Order: sequence, then C-alpha cells, then structure tokens
Amino acid sequence: MSASTTEVATSAARPFDVATGRAHDRSPKERAFRVMLLACLAVGIFFLGVLLTRVLVDGWSRLDSQLFTEQASAILPETAGAQAAILGSIYLMGLTAMFCLPTGVLAAIYLEEYADPTKRVNRLIELNIQNLAAVPSVVYGILGLGILARGFGFGFGLITGALTLSLLVLPVIIIASREAIRAVPDSIRQGSLALGATRWQTVQRQVLPAAVPGIATGSILALSRAIGEAAPLVILGVAAFVPFNPESLTDPFTALPIVIYRSASEPSADFRILSSAIIVVLLAVLLLMNTAAILIRNRFQKRW
Amino acid sequence: MNLSTTRRGFAPAVAVASIALVLAACGSGDPVTSGNDPIETSEPTETSANGGGTTTPPPEDGPAELSGTIKVDGSSTVFPLTSVAAELFRQEHPDVRIPVGESGTGGGFEKFCVGETAISDASRPIDPEEAKICKKNDVTYDEFSIANDGITVVVNPAVDFVSCITTDELQKIWDKGSEVDSWNDVNPDWPDEEISLYGPGTDSGTFDFFTEAINGEEGISRTDYQSSENDNVIVQGVSGDENAMGYFGYSYYAENQDSLKALEVDGGEGCVAPAPETVQGGEYSPLGRQLFIYPSQAELQKPEVQAFVEFYIQNIDSVVEKAGFIPLNEQQKQELEQKFQQLTSG
Repeated sequence: MSASTTEVATSAARPFDVATGRAHDRSPKERAFRVMLLACLAVGIFFLGVLLTRVLVDGWSRLDSQLFTEQASAILPETAGAQAAILGSIYLMGLTAMFCLPTGVLAAIYLEEYADPTKRVNRLIELNIQNLAAVPSVVYGILGLGILARGFGFGFGLITGALTLSLLVLPVIIIASREAIRAVPDSIRQGSLALGATRWQTVQRQVLPAAVPGIATGSILALSRAIGEAAPLVILGVAAFVPFNPESLTDPFTALPIVIYRSASEPSADFRILSSAIIVVLLAVLLLMNTAAILIRNRFQKRW
Repeated sequence: MNLSTTRRGFAPAVAVASIALVLAACGSGDPVTSGNDPIETSEPTETSANGGGTTTPPPEDGPAELSGTIKVDGSSTVFPLTSVAAELFRQEHPDVRIPVGESGTGGGFEKFCVGETAISDASRPIDPEEAKICKKNDVTYDEFSIANDGITVVVNPAVDFVSCITTDELQKIWDKGSEVDSWNDVNPDWPDEEISLYGPGTDSGTFDFFTEAINGEEGISRTDYQSSENDNVIVQGVSGDENAMGYFGYSYYAENQDSLKALEVDGGEGCVAPAPETVQGGEYSPLGRQLFIYPSQAELQKPEVQAFVEFYIQNIDSVVEKAGFIPLNEQQKQELEQKFQQLTSG
C-alpha cells in the first residue's frame, strides 16, 4: 500500500493525518509497527542495491558503445557486443505485445462486461485463467516446444518464442485488465446505457478509456516479466551464440537472458564481465518499461 | 478506498517499480551512455581496432559465395569450440549464419535425431537409445572427435595433505550412498576435517562421464553435494572453502590455476596429473575424454555445411587453442582428416 499512500500525499492530505488523532501515532505499538514496515521496505531496497552495485562494478569496464554495435564473439570477449541479443529481446517484446495485448484485453472485456458470472462455464474459465497465471514458466516452454514449434511447425524462430512468451503472460494481462475494468464505477456504465449507448459503445467510449491506466500498467509489468524470462527460451533451444541479427520471423535468434546465462558460465573472466554488462542493459530496459508504466498511469489517471 | 480503486490491484507492483526507479536515479546517472567517454573505451579498443576482427589470414576466395543457416546445438562443453569455429568461418563467409545452442549433449541429440539441427555437439559418444531415434527418423550422421578434455579433480589449495588420489578413493567419496563426511573417512592418514563436495548437476555430460568412469555406471552418484550446472559456481565454491573438493572440465581449471589445486589421479598405473600432454597421450585415465561433433549426412550434402565442417576440421588446432581446450594428438588429427576425406570423396 505504500505506493498509493505516497501517491495520494502529493495531491491531497494524507488520509491518516485527517482520519486519526495524532495521539495514537505515539503509542509504542504504533511506532513498532512503523519500524517493522520500514524494515520490510529496507530489506527489498537493500538487496536490490547490492545487486545493482555488483553488476555495475563488475560490468563497468564493458558498458560501452561496443556492447550495442558489435556482435557476440567467442574469441574476443573483451570487445564483443550483444547486438543480436538486444535486438532479439526487443523484437521478442514487440511481437509478444502484439499477440497478447489485444487478446488479453478483449478476453478481459468479455469476462467483465459480457460474460454471465453465474454460469458454470464462465466460472470455470475464470478459475483456469487464475491457475494458468501461476504455472511455472518452464511448463510454457515445453508447451511452446511441443505444440508450437513441432506440432504446428512454426519452427524455432522469433515467432515461436514470441507466441510462447505471449501464452506465458496472457493470464497475467487478463487478470490485470479485468481488475482495471472492474474498477470503473458502475454509474458510468449505467449513465452511458441510459443515454442510449449500446453495450459496445459503452465499453469503447467509457469503460476502456477509464481503464487504460490499469490495463497499461498491468500489461507493461507482465511484459517486463517476459523479457527477463530465460527458462521457456532455454526449453525452446534458443541458441546462445548468434552473431547475426534476426531478419525474419522464422530466423534463429537469441535474447538477453540466454546470453547472460551463457556468458556467466564461461571459464574466462572476460565473459563474466561481459555478462554483468549485459545484465545492466537488461535492468535498464526493465527500468525503462516500468517508468513507462508509471508515466502512463499518471497521465491517464481519472478520478471519480 | 473509493479514491484509489483502480490502483488497488497494482499497488505492490508499482511499489517495486518506483523503488527501482529511485535506485536507478541515485545509482550513478546513466550507466549506458557514460560508457562512451574516451577513458572507458580506450582500453578495449587497444586489443583490437575493429571489434570482431582477428589476425586471421585474409579470406581465400571460395569458388562461389556460400550462404545459408547451419543450426548447431548440443553439449555446453563443446559450445565454446563450435562457437569459435563458427566465428572464424563467418569471417570468411559472412553470409553463412551459424547459431550455436547449448541444450546439453542429450538435449542436442534429441533435436538432431528429429532433423531440427544440422550438427550436434557432444561431450560423449551418442548412446544406443539416441541412435535408435536417429535411425527411426532416417537421420544418418558421422562422428568426428575434435578435441581432448580431462575431467579435473580439484581441491582447495589449503588441502596440502593430498596431491594424488586413486580412483578407488574417488569412488569411495562420490559413490551412491557414500558415507564419507571427513577426509579421514577416505584415508586414515588424512586429517579428521569435514570434506565439502562440489560437482556438476545431473544434466551435464561431465557428470555422466565422471560417474561412469569412477562409480562404474552412468548417473550413479551420491547426491548430497553442492551441485551446479554452472561450472564457475563450482570453481568459486572450491576456492572459497578450505576443505572442498570438486570436479569439472580441464578448461575451468586452466583458467583458475591460482585459486585451485588439481589432484593427480591414479587409475592403477601411478599418479598422473591432468595436463595437455597426459590427456593427449591417454595416460590421464580414466578421466580423459574426447569431445565430438556429429554432422548429419543429409546436411553435409549442402555446400555450406560441408564447407563449415571442412573448415572446422582443417583449423582444429587454432579453434581448440582459442577455446582453451586440449588439442588432438598427431594420430588423432590424422584420423580425423582421413575420416573426413573418405566421407567427402565417397
């Protein structure tokens, strides 16, 4: 809840300042609770700090432009880059977003606005989606390998990787979008319907725009999860040494987590430095995506 | 609560995001662009002016420009060799694309035997079960032995009471159900100090080979040791623990000689230290092994695949040296070349 508390503080008075007497804040129990909350926050920040410092210190000497302009090298790790992996991850994200955003949001709209929650089928679907969100990512890798790559014959290119990651994050996106849609007050819908709008018009002009911040935040965080996933790609057999950029949907490709994993297990220290540098790149991409999520949320936030 | 219902579901996630953001802001500006400053870049550029360029001879123009994609997958031990070969080959034939994977020897054959890859890397010969699947799918192949490797048994340098270990002692330590807890349990002359063990995980070809050579059956091993698929974790474990023992491929020892001590191994004919010469000569037994590539015969019909395998074999010495492995001896090299010639002429 800490985020929403600070968030509110910027626009209005802290709810606690208004609602509670100051006297209660001074009771030892109240203080102990505060200290506990701060300690929990500190644990998270501490470990994130340690991780960031370590990869920055280790990878500092390789955080240069060559990382982006050069291809992987097995011979000269000192000057090798990770262009194919960076591009691969970006394409992978773009395709994944293309596949899973429309599907996920439309599924959420159906479940929230159209489906009859008392029907068994719908309850079953709902339960399944919630369970799917908790399935380990390796399982999706096996699914991608068995059904997409071999069964449907999509091969081992970008498209299979992106579809596999789409399946992985789809339940998360559906759940997040549903939450966002559900949070739009019913009075808005009723007002729109009362004015003669059809159901679809109501969804399209009232509900969806109001739910955009929630949907976008949830989707971007889900995609951030996808970009850091190595397990399903490992199962798909994504190659670790790919010194060329993918040019089509079926081209072999590689991605940042795979390259990090491989170079971290090389015997020579230069590869491990490279690995740290690539971790920093991956973290930077993740932070950018999270920033985008926050910006979108703040930009489109509506209050009723 | 009616103020922030929209946010309710995302509060934890957003909290993480904002913490990360704050940290990024105070954790040193923009690491990505700051690397551009001249002091940072000057050092790496010294080693090579134009990135991937090495001092290999200029390309000898082949008859026709080759192109295509050659998929390679398999052993993570052989991965460094094949990726070096692929990189050198690409300097001559930039249009041939060779992605190299590391699904493990078993995982590689699984793909190879259904025709999904052109070449399979292997740190052990193909086993009969795998060969059966290949046969079922009409995938025929050749086996080329390309390098030597010696599984190296290492201890922490602080372990000064032992420099040579017999295979029986190794078995006593590593066998399934072994109750060895201290060095003393292995050999009464050794001190009563706890022994901590580090080794590769069960998916590794190194594990398969070691268990077969020492414990007599592939996959049979005690399980209560620190295991990792990442050999660097084993290196760190052994070098940071005064009573530690572990095993992995020779190149990991070669890179970390300062912080590790390799044990000589006595397989019944005296103590032999793991070294390029002893592994090449076959004296480092039973832990010396060969590494293989398995090109598919159907794929070898393609000019680019044939050119790549030929290149790999002809430049095997420089490939092995650059990847930090133990080269083939003269006899092995001759056999390799003969085998390839027979194949292409016939």
